[in-house]
Amino acid sequence: MSIKTVREALNEAFAEEMERDAGVFIMGCDDGVKGNPFGVTMGLADRFGLERVIDTPISEPGFTGMGVGAAATGMRPVVEIMFCDWVTLAMDQIVNMAAKMRYMFGGNVEMPLVIRVPIGAGGGQAAQHSQSLEAWFNHVPGLKIVAPYTPADCKGLLKAAIRDNNPVMFFENKRTYAVKGEVPDGEDYLVEIGKAAVSREGQDVTLVTYSSMVKTCLQAAEKLEKEGISCEVIDLRTLLPLDYDTVVASIEKTGRVIVVHEACKRGGMGSDIVAEINERAFDLLDAPPLRVGALNIPIPYNAVLESAVLPDVSDVINAVHKSLSND
Amino acid sequence: MENEKAEQIKSIIPSYTPMRELPEDLSLAEAKEMFYSICQIREFELKVRDLWRANKIRGMCHAYYYGEAIAVGACHALEKGDYITSTHRGHGHALARGASPGRMFAELFGKAEGYNKGKGGSMHIADVKSGILGATGIVGSGIAPAAGAALSAKLQKNGKVSLSFFGDGACNQGPFSETLNMAAAWNLPVIFLCEYNQWAIGTDYWRVTKEHDAYKRAEGFGMPGIQIDGFNVFEVYKAVRDAAARARAGEGPTLIEARYMRMLGHHVGDDQNYRDEKDLERISVLYDIEPVTRTREFLESAGVPKEELEDIQKRAAAEIQEAIAYADTQCHEPSLETLYEDIYADGEIII
Repeated sequence: MSIKTVREALNEAFAEEMERDAGVFIMGCDDGVKGNPFGVTMGLADRFGLERVIDTPISEPGFTGMGVGAAATGMRPVVEIMFCDWVTLAMDQIVNMAAKMRYMFGGNVEMPLVIRVPIGAGGGQAAQHSQSLEAWFNHVPGLKIVAPYTPADCKGLLKAAIRDNNPVMFFENKRTYAVKGEVPDGEDYLVEIGKAAVSREGQDVTLVTYSSMVKTCLQAAEKLEKEGISCEVIDLRTLLPLDYDTVVASIEKTGRVIVVHEACKRGGMGSDIVAEINERAFDLLDAPPLRVGALNIPIPYNAVLESAVLPDVSDVINAVHKSLSND
Repeated sequence: MENEKAEQIKSIIPSYTPMRELPEDLSLAEAKEMFYSICQIREFELKVRDLWRANKIRGMCHAYYYGEAIAVGACHALEKGDYITSTHRGHGHALARGASPGRMFAELFGKAEGYNKGKGGSMHIADVKSGILGATGIVGSGIAPAAGAALSAKLQKNGKVSLSFFGDGACNQGPFSETLNMAAAWNLPVIFLCEYNQWAIGTDYWRVTKEHDAYKRAEGFGMPGIQIDGFNVFEVYKAVRDAAARARAGEGPTLIEARYMRMLGHHVGDDQNYRDEKDLERISVLYDIEPVTRTREFLESAGVPKEELEDIQKRAAAEIQEAIAYADTQCHEPSLETLYEDIYADGEIII
């Protein structure tokens, strides 16, 4: 074990997988010489060469499509979309090619492709550099979706995503790059895709969350404990496939559930998760499942306006109170 | 008279080149093989049209008839192991690359024995193991993956070349420009082969594109561009052979614009209401230079007996009949149990 930031954990995951498998390579804007705007790929080009840490032109549809072609021919590309907002440009290749090829070709192709998509607001970057669009991909059969929070999970899941034989959308939150935590050493350390983690055990209410909102939920749980309310916090880590066994087991204990994410509430992951919970565990519920998410408006630039849009600790606490008031 | 006809042809296909002699590196036997392949594709597509009309084939079928010289010339110039990406009008590409007509018909009939186990149909036939990286129904979306396969070949240093078939319509998709730029910047071993048939579904390419010569765009990306007669199988062969040699030598990509003409509808059920009599009359001269007629005429002039040529055509027709019979009588409907198979790798099912 050693203490590392999310940034260092991701970098280490890359280095280990590139060392282990000559088929792994990275492509994206500014990933090579600069080492990525957030420093995630820093030093990798020095170690593995610019042939394997490829600086692309600003051509998301083009280089994502090249990732698709390389994955189909024996490589394990990791394509980076610098800001999630721009994944819109690459949607055709992700949705119609990467996700569909195996099925429409009758299983006749491999698609070990990772697409890294940094999400998250909070930095005054306004409406085109702040979005969390992960829920869109939940609607597309053929993809997997990973959205880890802790440095250990970021490392273990990036390594697992690279080794996975499916196209994996990897969402990391830009605001969490400096978050520190214990990270297991050794190249064999992996986190299984599709398994949630219970970040905090509790009895009264289940908070189902992922990515940056794990921290928000843990802070809320801490405060609520002082009021005598015990919250269980589930860090989903993977959104597709989603670990409903862990979610339902927790609801069995608490009877109350709130899904919390940074993305817009309308049409967010929470909508689908709540619908699934209703279908799988309605009889276990003592109160209607609730959602906490960003307001359904574009991310504004001004700091006060921006923070009003994003869910915070008080929003989670209010939702917990609401859930408990419904007997 | 002959000159007048040549002028008419050139007004439509400026790169029209008469088939006078065999390319120096092709034998007559190879030319006969190429003729067989052209006839096989023609026969396949004519039967596809009939079977679609008879409701044996679902969805949409975009026939490749009259484009045969491009697929056959190009694939003859590639090596085993090279990659191709194909289009919605892709049956000819797969056949020219050696795909089995029986398994292709099985796919068109939606059978489990089809290349895609009945899940892809006309627009998605793929045989990745033999380098056919699949056909895509979205115009232009195979161009970047072809360059990705070339990047893969470059990183693996395996000497393979990748060729992307796409149409003139695809030249107006953004990823065309993005991909040509990257392929040139990185000297990727890829060939961009534009099958220029003048029509983007029901819109004349010239109505929506100021510069009609697509090959000229190559210069802007820093790669050679060439315009050729897409009805002439030898011209296609030579252009792709030279482009493949450049690619294998590490000299990067080439853009080839193979001019031909979509003589019939966008798909086999298209009534072409957007095309007037005058246009159809104007292009009728091209039936004189379409691939079956012209390759046959060339072989005759090169001394191949008429009977032998007739025999080649008959063999091609018989092979297609057999393929249809196989798909029709020996193949099976996929079971509902396969519905969730092959969405994810390694047998994983995510519901």
